[in-house]
Amino acid sequence: MLPELGHYALILALCLALLQGTIPLAGAQGGISNWMALARPLTWAQFMALLVSFAILTYAFISNDFSVAYTANHSNSLLPLIYRVSAVWGGHEGSLLLWAFLLAGWSLAVSLLSRRLPLIMVARVLGVMGLVSTGFLSFLIFTSGPFARLWPIPVDGRDLNPLLQDLGLVLHPPMLYMGYVGLSVAFAFAIAALLGGRLDATWARWSRPWTTVAWVFLTLGIALGSWWAYYELGWGGWWFWDPVENASFLPWLVSTALIHSLAVAEKRSAFKNWTVLLAIIAFSLSLLGTFLVRSGVLTSVHAFANDPKRGLFILMLLAVVVGVSLMIYAWRAPQVKSTGHFELVSRETMLLGNNVLLIVATASVLLGTLYPLIIDALGAGKISVGAPYFNAVFVPLMIPLVVLMGLGPLVRWKSDQAARLQQMIRGTLVISIGIGLLLPWLLFRSWEPMVIVGSIIAVWVALSALLDLRNRLRNASSFWSGLRKQSRSFYGMVLAHLGVAVTVVGITFSSYYSLEHDVRLAPGETFVMGEHDFLFEKLVHHEGPNYSSDLAVIQVQKQGKQVATLHTEKRLYTVTGMPMTEAGIDWGLTRDLYVALGEPLGDGSWAVRMYYKPYVRWIWLGALLMSFGGLLAAADRRYRLSRQSSSSVTANLQENGI
Amino acid sequence: MNPKRRNRLLVIALVVSGAGIAVALAMVALSENINLFYSPTEVSRGAIPQGKTFRVGGLVREGSVRREEQGLRISFEVTDGPHNVTIDYTGILPDLFREGQGIVAQGRLDDNGRFIADQVLAKHDENYMPPEVAEALIKAENEGELANPHSTP
Repeated sequence: MLPELGHYALILALCLALLQGTIPLAGAQGGISNWMALARPLTWAQFMALLVSFAILTYAFISNDFSVAYTANHSNSLLPLIYRVSAVWGGHEGSLLLWAFLLAGWSLAVSLLSRRLPLIMVARVLGVMGLVSTGFLSFLIFTSGPFARLWPIPVDGRDLNPLLQDLGLVLHPPMLYMGYVGLSVAFAFAIAALLGGRLDATWARWSRPWTTVAWVFLTLGIALGSWWAYYELGWGGWWFWDPVENASFLPWLVSTALIHSLAVAEKRSAFKNWTVLLAIIAFSLSLLGTFLVRSGVLTSVHAFANDPKRGLFILMLLAVVVGVSLMIYAWRAPQVKSTGHFELVSRETMLLGNNVLLIVATASVLLGTLYPLIIDALGAGKISVGAPYFNAVFVPLMIPLVVLMGLGPLVRWKSDQAARLQQMIRGTLVISIGIGLLLPWLLFRSWEPMVIVGSIIAVWVALSALLDLRNRLRNASSFWSGLRKQSRSFYGMVLAHLGVAVTVVGITFSSYYSLEHDVRLAPGETFVMGEHDFLFEKLVHHEGPNYSSDLAVIQVQKQGKQVATLHTEKRLYTVTGMPMTEAGIDWGLTRDLYVALGEPLGDGSWAVRMYYKPYVRWIWLGALLMSFGGLLAAADRRYRLSRQSSSSVTANLQENGI
Repeated sequence: MNPKRRNRLLVIALVVSGAGIAVALAMVALSENINLFYSPTEVSRGAIPQGKTFRVGGLVREGSVRREEQGLRISFEVTDGPHNVTIDYTGILPDLFREGQGIVAQGRLDDNGRFIADQVLAKHDENYMPPEVAEALIKAENEGELANPHSTP
């Protein structure tokens, strides 16, 4: 009975979404305030319906209700409770339901936190989100209903894919989806502003915290995915330029550009058309990502068995969203005038550089990701684009971007003098180059050109942030009061930029100074790698709740001193019969020791993969700093003030122009 | 020309030249890093220039996996039905590598026509078949029928 109720709740949600996507928008066009006022209650009702639906599916997993086909395919009575809950989004239908549920959640948040927004704006924003939700819910109901029953009822479920039985995967999809779906808020604000013809600084300030928060979730989701791949796939890699990874990275790149151009739109009333276009592109790319992942058109480590009909549906949805929003853009954008003029040497130019570099990077990653599809569609053969392509194109674009990242905040809005800047940064630049040159030698006794470049730009970003702070404190009465006077959005920016520097250090050091060996090793044997001795102490058999495993104990010594005991497993999941590697990692701030058990070689010895990875943690540490910076920026006081008296603050901000 | 217009032109010139350089870089990098996919049938026809990196995929033939006594060298055959390719690989195979499984290997042919793989890919999902492999299998089957019309029961 319950699953049917879940299905009805889903259909009810679709009807409500359709109403939410039509009546308030029509009301906004016709100036009928009663219709506009329906936007909020409809949003709440849709959220409740989806909450019921999602809770029922979760309950089906918790209570091992295998009469539901989706549960039977993705769970098992032996599966630990936490993975039974996360298995709800372990497959296609459930992850789409999560998508729709999170979209309703974001809509709810908009409806609750927009009390001071004009009703017409709220009606439009929620209306657009209702339309997006209509598209996704009809996709869910017509192609991939999660509540379909199975007859005869199987005795037990087919179990969750073992790769997904992991804490990283409990968190990674919800975070990523929060980011994807969050971009729909930025999209809805952009479309609403276009419809109303009201593209001003107020609009930019409304949509800015939402966009930043979506970006934070996207950053966390990608970092979690990368961390999960690192320890779970057993290859020790953290990024593979896999089509599905790219699918999440593309919206991230564009939304990074978007949060920067929103700054210009808010502070200087420039780049407005461009910002709207970015918001449309960012959301379209997150739909494209969903299409790539869910249709399985690309060969990828993430691609799962799938159904071409679904791919076609999302492709059509994508075409409608892109087509309609670009039409609205073409119709409305020419009426928008950017009023803020600026000189060649100015903060605006720096942010323009940021946008151009990020968009070119996006385009080149998109080209590499879609190229195999294009060639296949032309009938010119099956191809794949290798990681070297992405590295060759992406890295040269990121170097100037990071250099600009240090310089940009030091430059004044509107116009600045090149001579002033030169004098200001000269010392910092020299010190950065000096430290950047010294670091690789001090830490690793070796010089690699790319590591030198990486550490110079990382130090440059850190030092220029300090320089910026010193400039800002120059007129303060005391050091502490000066520090306290700086806004949260300033600290957020500094933290996020420092995060990029930390990630750059992690990427360059771990890419160039890692040691890696695949060896044949029997219990009792030792392998020497760099300064570390890896002793394969013993192999024990071990039974888990839904798997049995061979567990290797490996002792690591450095110069005769014991530094770590690593446990790596080869598990065999009993229901699916799938083998899985669990890597053994001793993590540290400056290095990870990583071993992964390969296969038994017959004579008692095993294939074992061993890594020494310096500074690899810094990659994710940087992403954490970026996310925290984003949250801090979104929590800035002026966004809350703006809700109380949006018009007067606009004037104020134009004066201050932080 | 007034300074405002000159500045704007400068910005545009910078953007255009930057984008141009990036496109050029991208095209060069792309042309150097494309790996074509061939089925075992196409490989055995000798359609592939020697020394070029490409991908080959099919099912791992039952009973073809051989491991050396020392080290981590392994050899196995992939098949699309009518034709096989022998693949040599040194290293650790993915968890889901097993006989009968659809896999894709990336590498090059040596002088003896053996495929030296530097990467072997098997998928996370045991029901999943790489689209290239699925297509190659169907193609091989169709061609087999055409070549030998009496073989169908």
